[in-house]
Amino acid sequence: MNDMSQILKKEPEPAPGEALSAESLPAKSSPVLRFEAPPSTSLWAHARYIVTENPVTGLAFGLFALILLAALIGPSIVPYDPLASNTNAALQAPSRAHWFGTDQLGRDIFSRVIAATRLDFSIAVFSVALVFVLGGLAGVMAGFFGGWVDKLVGRIADTIMAFPLFVLAMGIVAALGNSVTNIVLATAIINFPLYARVARAEANVRREAGFVQAARLSGNSDWRLLLTQILPNIMPIMAVQMSLTMGYAILNAAGLSFIGLGVRPPTPEWGIMVAEGASFIVSGEWWIAFFPGLALMIAVFCFNLLGDGVRDLVDPQRRN
Amino acid sequence: MTSPPLLDIKNLTVEFATRRGAVQAVKSIDIQVAKGETVAIVGESGSGKSVTSYAVVRILDRAGRVAEGAISFSGIDLVTADEAQMRDLRGREISMIFQNPRAALNPIRKVGRQIEDVLLQHVQATRATAREKAIEALTKVKIARPEERYDAYPFELSGGMCQRVVIALALACQPQLLIADEPTTGLDVTTQKAVMDLIVELTRERGMSTILITHDLGLAAAYCDRVVVMEKGKVVETAAAADIFRNPQHPYTRKLMQATPRIGMSLADLLPDAPKGPPAEAKAPQVTPAGAEPLMRVENLVKAYPRPSAGSFLAKFTGKVEPEKAAFRAVDGISFTLARGETLGLVGESGCGKSTTSMMITRLIDPSGGRIVFDGADIGAIPAKSFAVSPMRRRIQMVFQDPTDSLNPRFTAERAIADPILRMGGISGRDALRARCEELARLVGLPVELIDRFPHQLSGGQKARVGIARAIALDPDLVILDEPTAALDVSVQAVVLNLLEELKGRLGMSYLFVSHDLNVVRLLCDRVIVMKTGAIVEEGTAEAVLGNPQAAYTRELLTAIPHPPM
Repeated sequence: MNDMSQILKKEPEPAPGEALSAESLPAKSSPVLRFEAPPSTSLWAHARYIVTENPVTGLAFGLFALILLAALIGPSIVPYDPLASNTNAALQAPSRAHWFGTDQLGRDIFSRVIAATRLDFSIAVFSVALVFVLGGLAGVMAGFFGGWVDKLVGRIADTIMAFPLFVLAMGIVAALGNSVTNIVLATAIINFPLYARVARAEANVRREAGFVQAARLSGNSDWRLLLTQILPNIMPIMAVQMSLTMGYAILNAAGLSFIGLGVRPPTPEWGIMVAEGASFIVSGEWWIAFFPGLALMIAVFCFNLLGDGVRDLVDPQRRN
Repeated sequence: MTSPPLLDIKNLTVEFATRRGAVQAVKSIDIQVAKGETVAIVGESGSGKSVTSYAVVRILDRAGRVAEGAISFSGIDLVTADEAQMRDLRGREISMIFQNPRAALNPIRKVGRQIEDVLLQHVQATRATAREKAIEALTKVKIARPEERYDAYPFELSGGMCQRVVIALALACQPQLLIADEPTTGLDVTTQKAVMDLIVELTRERGMSTILITHDLGLAAAYCDRVVVMEKGKVVETAAAADIFRNPQHPYTRKLMQATPRIGMSLADLLPDAPKGPPAEAKAPQVTPAGAEPLMRVENLVKAYPRPSAGSFLAKFTGKVEPEKAAFRAVDGISFTLARGETLGLVGESGCGKSTTSMMITRLIDPSGGRIVFDGADIGAIPAKSFAVSPMRRRIQMVFQDPTDSLNPRFTAERAIADPILRMGGISGRDALRARCEELARLVGLPVELIDRFPHQLSGGQKARVGIARAIALDPDLVILDEPTAALDVSVQAVVLNLLEELKGRLGMSYLFVSHDLNVVRLLCDRVIVMKTGAIVEEGTAEAVLGNPQAAYTRELLTAIPHPPM
């Protein structure tokens, strides 16, 4: 068992090679390569290629880096305390002092938008991580074992799908209580069917694959087959799924806060800020709702584009 | 040369744009096809034979382009022709048959309608006459009861039947040139014969030209006038079919011919004259004398699958008891023995139950009846689910048909080979494990430097070696070889077959060799079992069964193998 886990840990990401070039390219480096084997590229080189080949993907990765940076160090570098109100400077339009203007309590909107990144991003990351583990595992088990496990997981997914998802999320947060943890939970639950179904389909087609049968002959138990043979092979498609649902999770969290569930004022959060600013749009103070809305849009946009990029990164077809 | 050739490919170079720059898949080739002539393009994977045909009909994928050269088809330059012109030519003047007939047909459209579509597209029929003409086309490809089959969906037809429909589609508009890209790969040998006979008959009848693209030199020589041999994008030899077998000129053609199993050869004959590496040790036949207890005895083995009955769901509610339908018996009471050190061939066409039999013996599925006595113990009685922990597990291993499919894409070669050892081998410590993997790699002729690679970084032959190394990692007594070379090129097949034979002698294993390729079976097996629809039709030594077959079915199988003019 011990050396098993060592080996598993050691197992690196497969270096992408080129399928097409097997025969047609001169082997590049070591003399071993004389044997008709394709040369290999590192994952890093492949990632660089994907990013540079498609500028939109490059943009998405750039935006993602920016969001990550804002989430990590944003609150400590912002010019003003995001919670400090200053009634003298209330409702000021964007200026050099306040880039995004100030709100009705005179809080600096730029600082609040940046500081909110950490909360919104964390909600998205934790809910996606949670649903990935729960939905992914349930789906893989359903696809691999079939029978009653499949029926059970399928019916649970169907039940969730039967509700309007946002209303379901509202209901969950309302019932369990207004807290960030419950927003994470609600967001994870409404995404469950998506993950379970993708994982089920992917596991199902691999259940009878030759390498799974071969592993069975090597004396692997069903559970071990599931964890060492099936699961690693559906990771790429799940990674794409995660990236795509990240945007949705952020939107959902902001939506819940917008209608007053979940995060409470004065915590900086994009959804609350949009809600607070909404009443001022009519009177001409557009910036209060506009900038958090813009941040929200950029984040969702970034994660959706990132999905394409991640797909390119993990799709062997794209490696030619 | 009285008239210009129908198709004239001059100095054609096809390039594919890749991340490492342009790669030439086809390099300055010249091929001519005269009117009414049947030309075969033969080569192994990666030789550029399919790319050539794609260039002719201009269906290269986005990355590919004709870099140089000209393709002229009865005076039209196909390289510069515009897309509208090409659309007109495809199907009406030049048509193509692809490898997988089922994939070439629209799965949700009746086959008759699909033929009509082509006829209407090229104004070969009007709405009023389309049906009649489509049925006529089906009749021509010898589909029985064409009126009924007009309404069939592709999934309702067998593979051979689907290929006939595809041929009907291809020939519906009376094209001048037919390109058949591996039209019979994946079909049974008897179906292959029927399909090839049909193609040749129909094209002769209409004075059409045919290009047959195949990896099978025997098939090419048996059905074509001329053979073009391609290697790595270049044409290495062009000759009349009869000459190429009698007097091959190019060393590659000779190597290819030599690697093709034929009657009267031994395994070693398949390899090129100068063998690399140390010669295999001479081995004495290790088959135990008759009378000794065999390694495995299969008695009256049955695998039955219940037939789904349409009314059963309704019957649950109404409480009506339906007459029980007889279960489908995939394997219907077969018995045989396998001696220690013996190689037993299990031969038959798809659906004969040979794979089901091998799955039951490897204990991946449970038999419905009968006994599998392995070394004195009835392993058939141990459920497949708990066989993984049985001490018998390590003694029965298997080499799979498709080396790519049978390796986990995320495991290195070392990890794949180590898998059975980790589970059952009792070797502890990373260094000992590594040493054992390296030893196994050397044993199967896999360069030790390659065992840290992932499957997609290995060639087909190397992947096959990894699969074999994994199967022999625990020194099993019985190895089931499930068409281990079906997915490999002939030259690689030759090497792998020799390797298997050598390993058997060295490690004292027995083989159950499951195959549809009688020529390979003849080379490798001591005894042969011929199966048809779940039952054994003939059994005996390889020479007796394949040299002097008693059952009509065995004779049919043997005559269906393409016999090149010798």
